[in-house]
Amino acid sequence: MPMINVDGQEIEVKKGENILEACLNAGLDLPYFCWHPSMGSIGSCRQCALVQYQNEEDTRGRIVMGCMTPASDGARFSLKAENATQFREAVVESLMLNHPHDCPVCAEGGECHLQDMTVMVGHRDRRYTGKKNTYRNQYLGPLIHHEMNRCIACYRCERYYRDYAGGKDLGAQASHDHLYFGRHEEGILESEFSGNLVEVCPTGVFTDKPFLKQYSRKWDLQSAPSICQGCAVGCNIAPGERYGKVKRVHNRYNHDVNGYFICDRGRFGSGYLNSDLRLDYAGIKNPDGSFFAVHQQQALNTAADWMAGKKVAAIGSPRASLEANYLLRELVGSKNFAPGFSDQEADLMDSIANILQTSMSINPSVKQIETADAILILGEDVTNTAPRVALALRQSVRNKAFELAEQMGLPPWQDAAIRNLAQDQRSPMTIVSAMNTRLDDVASACVSLAPDDIAAFGHAVAAALVGEITNNPQADAAAQMLKMAKNPLIVSGSSMAHQGVINSAAAVADALSQTTSMLSFCVPECNSLGLAMMVADGASSHLKALVKRAAKIDALIVLENDLYRRGDKALIDQLLAGGAKVITLDMYENGTLDQSDLVMAAASYAESQGTLVSSEGRAQRFYPVQSPASERLPSWEWLLRLAKATEHKKLSKIENFDQIVTACAKSSPLFTKLVDVAPLNSFRDRGSKIPRQTHRYSGRTAMNSGVSVHEPQQAQDHESPLSFSMEGLNRDQPASLTPFVWAPGWNSNQSLQKFQSEVDGPLKGGSSGVRLISSSQTGADISSQITQISLKPHQWHLVPMEQVHGSDELSAHTEEISELAGRGFIAIGKKVAEKLAVTEGDGLLVKQDDIECSLEVRILSRVAKNCIGYSAGYAEARGLVAGRLVSLQVDKTWQRSGPEMIASDKAAFQPVVGDGGTRNV
Amino acid sequence: MSNAKMIQSDISSVLTLQEMAAIDHELEHVPYKSGAAIDALKIVQAERGWVSDESLQAIAKYLDMSAEELEGVATFYNLIYRRPVGEKVILFCDSVSCWISGCDSIKATISETLGVDYGETTEDNRYTLLPVPCLGACDRAPVMMVGDDLVTHLDTHKISEIFASSKSGDQS
Repeated sequence: MPMINVDGQEIEVKKGENILEACLNAGLDLPYFCWHPSMGSIGSCRQCALVQYQNEEDTRGRIVMGCMTPASDGARFSLKAENATQFREAVVESLMLNHPHDCPVCAEGGECHLQDMTVMVGHRDRRYTGKKNTYRNQYLGPLIHHEMNRCIACYRCERYYRDYAGGKDLGAQASHDHLYFGRHEEGILESEFSGNLVEVCPTGVFTDKPFLKQYSRKWDLQSAPSICQGCAVGCNIAPGERYGKVKRVHNRYNHDVNGYFICDRGRFGSGYLNSDLRLDYAGIKNPDGSFFAVHQQQALNTAADWMAGKKVAAIGSPRASLEANYLLRELVGSKNFAPGFSDQEADLMDSIANILQTSMSINPSVKQIETADAILILGEDVTNTAPRVALALRQSVRNKAFELAEQMGLPPWQDAAIRNLAQDQRSPMTIVSAMNTRLDDVASACVSLAPDDIAAFGHAVAAALVGEITNNPQADAAAQMLKMAKNPLIVSGSSMAHQGVINSAAAVADALSQTTSMLSFCVPECNSLGLAMMVADGASSHLKALVKRAAKIDALIVLENDLYRRGDKALIDQLLAGGAKVITLDMYENGTLDQSDLVMAAASYAESQGTLVSSEGRAQRFYPVQSPASERLPSWEWLLRLAKATEHKKLSKIENFDQIVTACAKSSPLFTKLVDVAPLNSFRDRGSKIPRQTHRYSGRTAMNSGVSVHEPQQAQDHESPLSFSMEGLNRDQPASLTPFVWAPGWNSNQSLQKFQSEVDGPLKGGSSGVRLISSSQTGADISSQITQISLKPHQWHLVPMEQVHGSDELSAHTEEISELAGRGFIAIGKKVAEKLAVTEGDGLLVKQDDIECSLEVRILSRVAKNCIGYSAGYAEARGLVAGRLVSLQVDKTWQRSGPEMIASDKAAFQPVVGDGGTRNV
Repeated sequence: MSNAKMIQSDISSVLTLQEMAAIDHELEHVPYKSGAAIDALKIVQAERGWVSDESLQAIAKYLDMSAEELEGVATFYNLIYRRPVGEKVILFCDSVSCWISGCDSIKATISETLGVDYGETTEDNRYTLLPVPCLGACDRAPVMMVGDDLVTHLDTHKISEIFASSKSGDQS
């Protein structure tokens, strides 16, 4: 290991590190701005200056930039030398010439990297008395607030947005003292990852707009380690709560999963939690269809009455925790339990769970995905189905650049040099999809095929890999690309709703027969895979089977599931109105709740704890940020109490959450490791629980005096090692129990480095979550049968198009997300549009069997023959089934949106890529 | 012009055939289309005097760049005009050599004569006055450029001579 000397202290450094990283790793406070662990160095801000000496005799030394200086053995530095400290102070003073003194009204205040650095360098008194530059701010959409006056020109925003996340519509404009970071003209930021600007900006130029409307300082927020429920990637998040409201969501670092970044659905999609349409009380239905509120015990007694000695069935949910689903299944027995997938989804998930356990390939973490050097995507628009994975794929294609850099002897953190060297050379990525995807701009090849043909293509690649003749040059090329790679990756998923596509991905992965090959599936919901693993024994029911038995069911319990999203309306009506008493646990008003006889108000993810299994097979625990409001209870608690009320033999013995986990772990060999997901409730760190509140949390006993002067008891958490308090230590605890990051002198999220074992490394508290699935030696058990649908004239394959904003059930209830989602749409190719004589923004009537939807026209630049897309998960497209044929007809009664609406729709919709990358024009 | 409208309109409705031909010529010399960005901006500016939003969007589309990317280039250079300018641009040097040679009073004379300050265009649209850090003619300071002509050894007399017609409001 090379050693360097900093102010007389010998520091061991890693080969290839730069001095800034080495200093931070050694626990030294060297200020910086433009450097970011995931984006490397460009040496632009001049803040990490220190003095380098040539040898022991050299007493003068010279100023160097830490982030641009490689750590070489024997090198000598000083952080404390007077010229270094003066230089760093002068840098901050120069930044302060134009920086407004608006900290008291700035949303960044109290967690501002610039504030921290200003204090760190010791700059206090401004000497400059002249005028400051002022700028006009831009409207950047409902998510991001722009305040250019505060800019210190570190370029981090542009480097993140454009270089890292692949956004095209934010850039640096002008130069020197009138530099401007913004769009060409006002408008909604197009990237699905724009929210990270809030955390990337070292000061308050880009701030969280919804948070501004209900602002609290970071130190006043109560936070908890949580898991995003927006999709199946399982990003770690830290929601912040005050006055009973979840005010914002921040990224929570997980080295293996989301690292420093989350998508906009994850960051901004929790607004629904504060909605008036949330349920506060349990309710029993009146004869007139309205509900009257009842106490928890009354609801439980009524439910127990309805269940006693009767035939009870239950439906679980892929968006509910493993624990709640497990309790529900045990309560009614496997035979009477349907997991709550749609029938189509149930088969796909069953097959994915099976493939992941039998495939020889690794099911990679997001971090591992970033190591891929050749990628084949079959069917998925990853940016819309597993956004964080798409961001990782954008980094994977840069492996070619890092390879070139290595040949040139450039360290990987030399960002500008490497980008200059590589230009547009990228690792190969072939996208096979029915229509354009948001990753097309970095793909080496895009192939447009209908779902059936995607499956055939996949099988052709698999055949080519084992040396067969395929007569398909594109498939041969894809096979060749994978064969040449060190870490080939296949990405597919369930969004095409096509069994063949999934099978073909597995076939390709196994045909590679390399231990380093990776196979990743995008699955729909936060616990889809966990639920599929739970019912892998095959003892449970399908929804359809339950409907058939509807007449024989006396009581039906529905757990956090709007069944109308899962199946045909007529079918679900039959199930819910079949005479059975319907008991529903949910948090937000929906169609299924309306049809229920008894409703139990479930706590949200921010009010309860549970375990989710991500698409990586990683089981992760989320914890409540606040205790449940009103008469809400976590679903697992409702069900545990219901078990008690019905005197259920097995479940009555379970007393607490930890015991549910233990019982669930014992229920299947797949779940054995569940007990290791997070520490037990009894865990104490240096004798205390881990505090959810910062030690500066203000007004704990007085903050609700506006409501009542009777000081309430502080909320107690009896189920987890976290407390609703500021007492205790938030330092070096197990990673799964880290509610927020803060370190002395580091109030901003840059304090994260104090929690990491090394820069960009895992947390000191180890890794978070446990992988339940590992690769196997047997090879995936799949059939290669492909069904071909025959089309009649004027009929099309209906292909679901998942949307980051709009397709997810709960986040779509958030005002900002629903604005970005726009109207439900039907997406057609240019030729079809010409044939039907419609343009973007017109309306089409889409007919499928007896379903008829009126949807807005969007025009695709790349689309497979005979395919059309529709906005999956949107209310307007409810009832349409993927894969089945549809017919189209111009909707004569359609009202076009006003011009403003079209502009915002356009930004939310996938911009046109492929006709020369000109989607901003 | 809104994005939506721009997508529908064709590049060719904004850029002329000559402009496109000139840009094509530049494209032959660069490995990446974006490499011709500066030249393309100069070509369009030479034709039209300045680069409008509409032109910028059309050039960006022509070069497979985003408008933001090209805007970054266009606004980086002081001599790419993103606002309309007069028939001739006066680039008035206010850098060290000219300053010690008394350019301040000359600038005051120009402003008085033409009735414009830095960044402004005369009412008759003949001149736009802009500061410039150096014109590389310090030995003949103070200097300025009027259109393509370098004017050296400036004094108040020279100024009134050059701008005489403007002062009298004569349009010829």
